[in-house]
Amino acid sequence: MEETVKMLEEKARQIRRHVISMLGAAGSGHPGGSLSAADIVTALYFKVMRVDAQNSRWPDRDRFVLSKGHAAPVLYAALAEKGFFPLDELNGLRKLGSPLQGHPDMRKVPGVEMSTGSLGQGLSAASGMALAGKLDGKDYRVYVLLGDGELQEGQVWEAAMAASHYGLDNLTAFIDYNGFQIDGPVEEVMSIDPVAEKWRAFGWHVISIDGHDFGQILKAVEEAGTAGRPTAVVAKTVKGKGVSFMENQVDWHGVAPKGEQIDQALAELAG
Amino acid sequence: MEKIATRVAYGKTLAVLGEENRDIVVLDADLAKSTKTIEFKKKFPDRFFDMGIAEANMVGTAAGLAAAGKIPFCSTFAVFATGRTYDQIRQSVAYPRLNVKIAATHAGITVGEDGSSHQMLEDIALMRVLPNMTVLVPSDAVATEAAVRAAAKIKGPVYLRLGRSAVPVLYTGGMDFNVGKAIRLRRGKDATIIACGVMVGAALEAAGELAQEGLNVGVIDMHTVKPLDVDAVVVAARETGALVTAEEHSIIGGLGGAVAETVAEHYPVPVKRVGIEDTFGESGRPPELLQKYGLTAAHLVAAVKEVVRRKNR
Repeated sequence: MEETVKMLEEKARQIRRHVISMLGAAGSGHPGGSLSAADIVTALYFKVMRVDAQNSRWPDRDRFVLSKGHAAPVLYAALAEKGFFPLDELNGLRKLGSPLQGHPDMRKVPGVEMSTGSLGQGLSAASGMALAGKLDGKDYRVYVLLGDGELQEGQVWEAAMAASHYGLDNLTAFIDYNGFQIDGPVEEVMSIDPVAEKWRAFGWHVISIDGHDFGQILKAVEEAGTAGRPTAVVAKTVKGKGVSFMENQVDWHGVAPKGEQIDQALAELAG
Repeated sequence: MEKIATRVAYGKTLAVLGEENRDIVVLDADLAKSTKTIEFKKKFPDRFFDMGIAEANMVGTAAGLAAAGKIPFCSTFAVFATGRTYDQIRQSVAYPRLNVKIAATHAGITVGEDGSSHQMLEDIALMRVLPNMTVLVPSDAVATEAAVRAAAKIKGPVYLRLGRSAVPVLYTGGMDFNVGKAIRLRRGKDATIIACGVMVGAALEAAGELAQEGLNVGVIDMHTVKPLDVDAVVVAARETGALVTAEEHSIIGGLGGAVAETVAEHYPVPVKRVGIEDTFGESGRPPELLQKYGLTAAHLVAAVKEVVRRKNR
């Protein structure tokens, strides 16, 4: 376990470095929510999920839906590290002709399971995939990552209701609870608390964890596998995690680092 | 003349298709008895999902089912199926080109007594503007069966527009339904009525009346509004020199809009769009509403005379 955690920590650092470099090269994008989600995404792709980079449409694969599509850089970095496409493509992020759109496009990037970007829609799509798995008698699992601000979208709760109604125990939703959205702290913009109680009230199994603790992430995934219900993992995270000047700074939600900022961020993320 | 609502033909066809193709699944938003998806539910309860009164999630779930290889048909009233879920259809279905069929019933003003909140007059416009979307508007029960079958075969998003009220069966001898290929029901010389849905029957009636007055008017069933059969429109414009469009929909953005755009670019001739004139509807019996809002054979007769006058000016 200790070795696994070490490996994942190093992988997450590498993925965070990619995020910084990609955004630096792109000159725009969303660092804060990419960095807060980096450990969850790393754990899923490098320890939890059954995927095959050489056969990205393998019918029995586990699925990951990035409902908070603006965190595309962290997904692209994980997919490239996993071998779905060459690492040097990462520098094309947001540029004309690149498959790496500002928000994920499932038709352009191998490994992207759903096109997202308009918030609140990913949980519905993930539920559909989980439902199809049940219909086909397949044992794949579906993971979806939602932002905390995203929980303000009504469709999320329609989906939460339906997933529990249809007993989708093969579905796990991670909430990247970093506490900030574009206009400010979530609790000031539109309070979503109590988050755990909301999911519980909708019939979900709920686990609250530190979203930067790999031991806790992996344990939550294991618990979700036997919950007999859809599981919501409320992961407390730090927006901008890993880069001192970005941490908990709402202004880094949707602004790319430049020049010396890139150098400093990469230095802080060096192993 | 036998009358069957297109929604009834939809439910019946869906139940048959469910047998032929095990990948077909059906979702509804608490209106299965009205949309007639209940016919599928009765036969295949395991592949039918009532999503409750939550249309956005219904469409999103359908997208996920399609991403995993299923062929989902989503049904509710057209006003909810396209208006309430426009963003879900745009973002989660049309953009990723997923194999989702939006089969909407109760389109148009013939919803009747429920009134304007339930009379969808903008759905063709909303769906037609989306890239990757096919828009089918069958005119009777026979065309509906063919359209449902065609929709299931298309690998991508389809919008299928269906009605509440019983409408005459026009294709009593069967038909060849090819997506994107208009059907010329009647050849004309003086003008052509290009119609879809319930207005095809009215167009045939109008052409019959005009013939008695010495005007030779063609009728085209434009069952596929997108991709539009541009050739059929241009040929009609060239051969008859004047066009009337007829739809149970706003004159903005629907079939009339599509035809006007086409002739403006390819073969300008006088066009008159018959449809709902940029207004909301109201409660009433369907025939009363068709009369009040200008959607009868008599209105088409007047429209044809107008374009012919403009042509001869």
